[in-house]
Amino acid sequence: MNETTQQVGPHKSRGALHDVWVIARRGLIHMKRQPEALSDATIQPLMFVLLFAYVFGGAIQIPDGNYREFLMGGIIAQTLVFSAFGVAMSLANDRKNSAVDRFRSLPIANGAVLGGHAVANVLKQVLPITIMSLAGLVVGWRIRGGFVDAVHAYVLMIAFAFAIIWIGVLLGSLVETPEGVTGIAFAALFPLTFVASTFVPVESMPGPLQVVARWNPTSSLSDALRILFDNPTGIPSQSTAFPTQHPVLYTWMWVIGLVVVVAPISIRVYKRSISK
Amino acid sequence: MAACPIEATGLVKRYGEKVALGGIDLSVPAGTVTAVLGPNGAGKTTAVRILTTLSEPDEGSATVAGFDVMKDPTEVRRRIGLAAQDATVDPLLTGFENLVMIGELHQLSRKEAKVRAGELLEEFSLADAGGRVSGGYSGGMRRRLDLAATLVANPEVLFLDEPTTGLDPRARNELWAVLDTLLDHGTTILLTTQYLEEADRLANDIVVVDHGQIIAQGDARSLKRQVGGDNIGVTVTQVERLGEAAQVLGRVTGTAVVEDPSTRSAVAPTEAGVSGLADVARALGEAGIGVEDLSLRQPTLDEVFLTLTGSPANDETPTDEDGAR
Ligand SMILES: Nc1ncnc2c1ncn2[C@@H]1O[C@H](COP(=O)(O)OP(=O)(O)OP(=O)(O)O)[C@@H](O)[C@H]1O
Ligand SMILES: [Mg+2]
Repeated sequence: MNETTQQVGPHKSRGALHDVWVIARRGLIHMKRQPEALSDATIQPLMFVLLFAYVFGGAIQIPDGNYREFLMGGIIAQTLVFSAFGVAMSLANDRKNSAVDRFRSLPIANGAVLGGHAVANVLKQVLPITIMSLAGLVVGWRIRGGFVDAVHAYVLMIAFAFAIIWIGVLLGSLVETPEGVTGIAFAALFPLTFVASTFVPVESMPGPLQVVARWNPTSSLSDALRILFDNPTGIPSQSTAFPTQHPVLYTWMWVIGLVVVVAPISIRVYKRSISK
Repeated sequence: MAACPIEATGLVKRYGEKVALGGIDLSVPAGTVTAVLGPNGAGKTTAVRILTTLSEPDEGSATVAGFDVMKDPTEVRRRIGLAAQDATVDPLLTGFENLVMIGELHQLSRKEAKVRAGELLEEFSLADAGGRVSGGYSGGMRRRLDLAATLVANPEVLFLDEPTTGLDPRARNELWAVLDTLLDHGTTILLTTQYLEEADRLANDIVVVDHGQIIAQGDARSLKRQVGGDNIGVTVTQVERLGEAAQVLGRVTGTAVVEDPSTRSAVAPTEAGVSGLADVARALGEAGIGVEDLSLRQPTLDEVFLTLTGSPANDETPTDEDGAR
């Protein structure tokens, strides 16, 4: 029918990375074309920076410094934690649109679909991280630590963005519909980001909540970024809990735990959910 | 290539208690079209999903393009195109981007995929819409894009699950023409349909399924013989002349006529097709009988099923349609 490209026999595989990249590129186009997703990645973090810096910030006291410098680690952590729901949403949408079946009928490498989602999610976080860093500089946040620590902070962000995906994959495989994912995301928003050191120092909370907040990975990621940027942490010097004493180490433990323990489970649950 | 690019034996698929396929054998010779004809819930999609490696049978085995669907799924996927029952184009990508992505996942280079996408958009009258996001397409356009997507890698074997559902007559004719071209190139096609007319128009071989079982099989002519073939129906303008018209009709067709005064019509089976219709028209004209309507029609799917199974096609419980995915 088309003499120009008619070819005999199938094409040779171009390798797993090629397939991952093709699917990742699709994820980036999705972000660009979905107004909610795009605003989640751009306007929303910007609004949070401005809202907390200028509206609530004045009322919150940080024992060891300026609130606007305290704020940045928290806002970045919140955005990264929440990217898990974006992944879950993408998977749920894929199932709803039968994209899952389309991909499964194509000769692509094992794991390329999840790999594509993972790469896309990491790349998608680059935009809000950049926007927030710039907005932070405008409102008075500064990187006060050394160069190596600053690089460490950005590496930790990327590593966390990659690790948190697997929670998203698990959720997206267990919850059948995009609407279900939205519901769970909303329910999780409160405990995950507000019972944490995201916006206020943990010490200002009542006793039992403090325990939850200290061990919440959103807190430790927030604190880790603050420490690496040498920003105020609001952690009193007498605090003895492991996550508050070693937030960087504790956050890396989460990253490794998510990748080593959660990822294999997520992959198995995902595979079962698509072969129904 | 194998003599029969699609070969299945004893396919069984159960969903809990429900037997979706109760042991189906299929064999589609190279370069031919087989239509799987059946009502809602018959098991058409289930069979297509097994043959396209999307689902594993509980029993039985199948080879497609010479490879076992369970042991060598990737080799099968490299050689097939699938248009699923619900169009699976990505609503957030443009038509062009959709085709390029699928081309790349079929392991074409990006450049090859772009060239191929352009050709296919042209061929499926989507060239103007190719730059728009496919979520904004009409149902028929989305369907055409989905079909174009199945052809990106020039598959040896094509599976089309109810390909013309949702297409207007013009788009349907275009699709039929595309399938004719593909056949000229030696593609082997298995399609499912609920329309006898479509199966008749396209397929060399028709497999009628119901409740997961093959209940009849053969080429269109033999199948029609089994179910009684075409009918000629006459509706007269004056009911007083119905008896006369029925006599004329019976004389020309040589078959038994059924009269229905309430609709002023008479119906008789025929094997002569359109030329029979012309003969009847001429004879009625010569007799000077006023005719309001004169038509040749094929038995409906319901009539086919009534004849083959003794029960109408759609006796499914309503819950079944929800579970169809
Ligand atoms: N995933 C599933 N879970 C449970 N039951 C299913 C599933 N898929 C199909 N079935 C059942 O298997 C039977 C055959 O379904 P199938 O989708 O193959 O029918 P079909 O011939 O394609 O019908 P239609 O014309 O409506 O598309 C139906 O009774 C259906 O309810
Ligand atoms: Mg179906």
